[in-house]
Amino acid sequence: MSNGLKTLTNGLLKENPTFVLVLGMCPTLATTTSAINGMSMGLATMFVLVCSNIVISLLKNLIPDKVRIPAFIVVIATFVTIVQLAMQAYLPSIYEVLGLFIPLIVVNCIVLGRAEAFAAKNSVGLSALDGIGMGLGFTLALTLLGACREILGSGKIFSIGTFEGFQIFPNNFAALIFVLAPGAFIALAYLMAIMNKLQKK
Amino acid sequence: MKKLESTFLNMVLSLVLIAVVAAAGLAGIYSLTKEKIDDQQNQKRQAAIREVVLPNAEATVEIQITSDTIREEENGKQWVIHNIHQDGQFIGAAVETSGTGFGGEQKLMIGFNPEGEIINYTVLEHQETPGLGDKISNWFKTEKGNQDIRGRKGGELLVKQDGGDVDAITAATISSRAFLKAIREAHSAFKEDEVQEVTGTSQLKNQPAEPAAEATTETTTGATQINETEVSHE
Amino acid sequence: MLPYILIFVSAIFVNNIVLSQFLGICPFLGVSKKIDTALGMGAAVTFVLTVATIVTYLLQILLKAWHVEFLQTILFILVIAALVQMIEIILKKISPALYQALGVFLPLITTNCCILGVAIIVADEKKLLASLPAGAEYGLLSGTLFAFATALGFALALVLFAGIREQLALNKVPKAMQGTPIALLTAGLLAMAFMGFSGVV
Repeated sequence: MSNGLKTLTNGLLKENPTFVLVLGMCPTLATTTSAINGMSMGLATMFVLVCSNIVISLLKNLIPDKVRIPAFIVVIATFVTIVQLAMQAYLPSIYEVLGLFIPLIVVNCIVLGRAEAFAAKNSVGLSALDGIGMGLGFTLALTLLGACREILGSGKIFSIGTFEGFQIFPNNFAALIFVLAPGAFIALAYLMAIMNKLQKK
Repeated sequence: MKKLESTFLNMVLSLVLIAVVAAAGLAGIYSLTKEKIDDQQNQKRQAAIREVVLPNAEATVEIQITSDTIREEENGKQWVIHNIHQDGQFIGAAVETSGTGFGGEQKLMIGFNPEGEIINYTVLEHQETPGLGDKISNWFKTEKGNQDIRGRKGGELLVKQDGGDVDAITAATISSRAFLKAIREAHSAFKEDEVQEVTGTSQLKNQPAEPAAEATTETTTGATQINETEVSHE
Repeated sequence: MLPYILIFVSAIFVNNIVLSQFLGICPFLGVSKKIDTALGMGAAVTFVLTVATIVTYLLQILLKAWHVEFLQTILFILVIAALVQMIEIILKKISPALYQALGVFLPLITTNCCILGVAIIVADEKKLLASLPAGAEYGLLSGTLFAFATALGFALALVLFAGIREQLALNKVPKAMQGTPIALLTAGLLAMAFMGFSGVV
């Protein structure tokens, strides 16, 4: 059991995909214009991670070594398309915001990386836990970055669609740059620096 | 179970098997979600039409929609005009129009009453700068200074910088200018459509609207019927 | 003619794929320590992106004809992966010199999300028209030009960034900021500079 717990928490802190492994930077920077957007992207990625980890772990003995990468890619792409269709049907407003970055989960290094490094070698249960842990780590990082950018950029947090969110300080004092492209880089840079500082202690 | 050897047959078999299962699974899910996805787009348009023509009415009020397309052959631009009838009476039109703003294309839906005055508008899509140009979504329907365009004739709107009297969005004149240009074009398309209706190029409006009895009232969006015709002009 | 020239201005400067669209961040951060490698990577991406876009554009016509658009993600990523392999083999045979220069970067390109991203944009009429300057028409020509221009934009950003990082390596950086954080911060400033182009087209 402790093994399972260790697998689960591994992705949250020690091997956090965003802050420590620095993987999947494209969606991290592009979709974190608000906390909710970041969280939706994180959850979509987590769904793909968990499902593909489970299936690949189940199939690991059926896939000959030499063709494992294309086989993994097909499995991952299938789940990505499922997410894409489901979001289009049931969460159209969020799909519109995330748009292109949903199909691009396929090329997110985290997903293929975990399939190759973990699911292809471990049991189904552990692979599922690994997917959940890594997915949560990614979701947390994206939500945190999204929240920082949203607060600094508009003074609000958790706004979604027509719901205005909670105003933390007046809009007039907000630095718009954080919602725009450069702000993504800058906010992530400082968050990472803070993480480095905290971990050194 | 032992791991399969990497023989040619095994490789081909396992890949083909995975691909077939994946494709079959996706085909199933696609057919499950397809209707819902199409429905979403339709609903979005219906909601926008109601918002701009009947901003205060309940979503259950019955309306009939007759759609025309006006095309400008020169540059391929087009406007879709949804004429709205309520109880057989023409109450206005929602016009889909577009313009090139600061960040890219703006797609708008403008509601006009039969006199050509703007009832309301909504922004369908835009790529304006967040925090500046994206204020077009609310700026021109906020009662403040000279920025509210609701209730005004669509054909005469110009920002102050261009000699008009509408307040442009602070620090986003290009977005505002594009927005008002799109509205002016929508207005002339609306007029154009009206002329063609009267001269009989299209017979749709001359027919009495369908009796309301034919429409079902259970659906929350009310019963709406869309007839499409295309009208082109030079 | 003018719209086609504007495609270049728009894709290279105004809507730079890395600095404002956030595609291809991984190689942007990964292979930007030296100008030489940045040039090699830029050239390899330009080549693959242009070829991949033409192939996927034609593939999309087939997908549409057979009404199986939902297989887009799976097929595109497989085709891109196969294409990269093929280019590698052909290059090795035909031009060993070019292979020497680009070879090491080719395997990395499959997971470069700007390839799949641009392929998806070009395959969809609405998405491509939204990325093109006003007046351009949808078609293989404008799609290919867009892909080529986008790749040039990627190469430009990569080389500029590598130039800055070469200088940066000589400076003293606070401990917590070393590595990825300072690179991200630099990218943020570069993105800010590119924002100056917005509204030009």
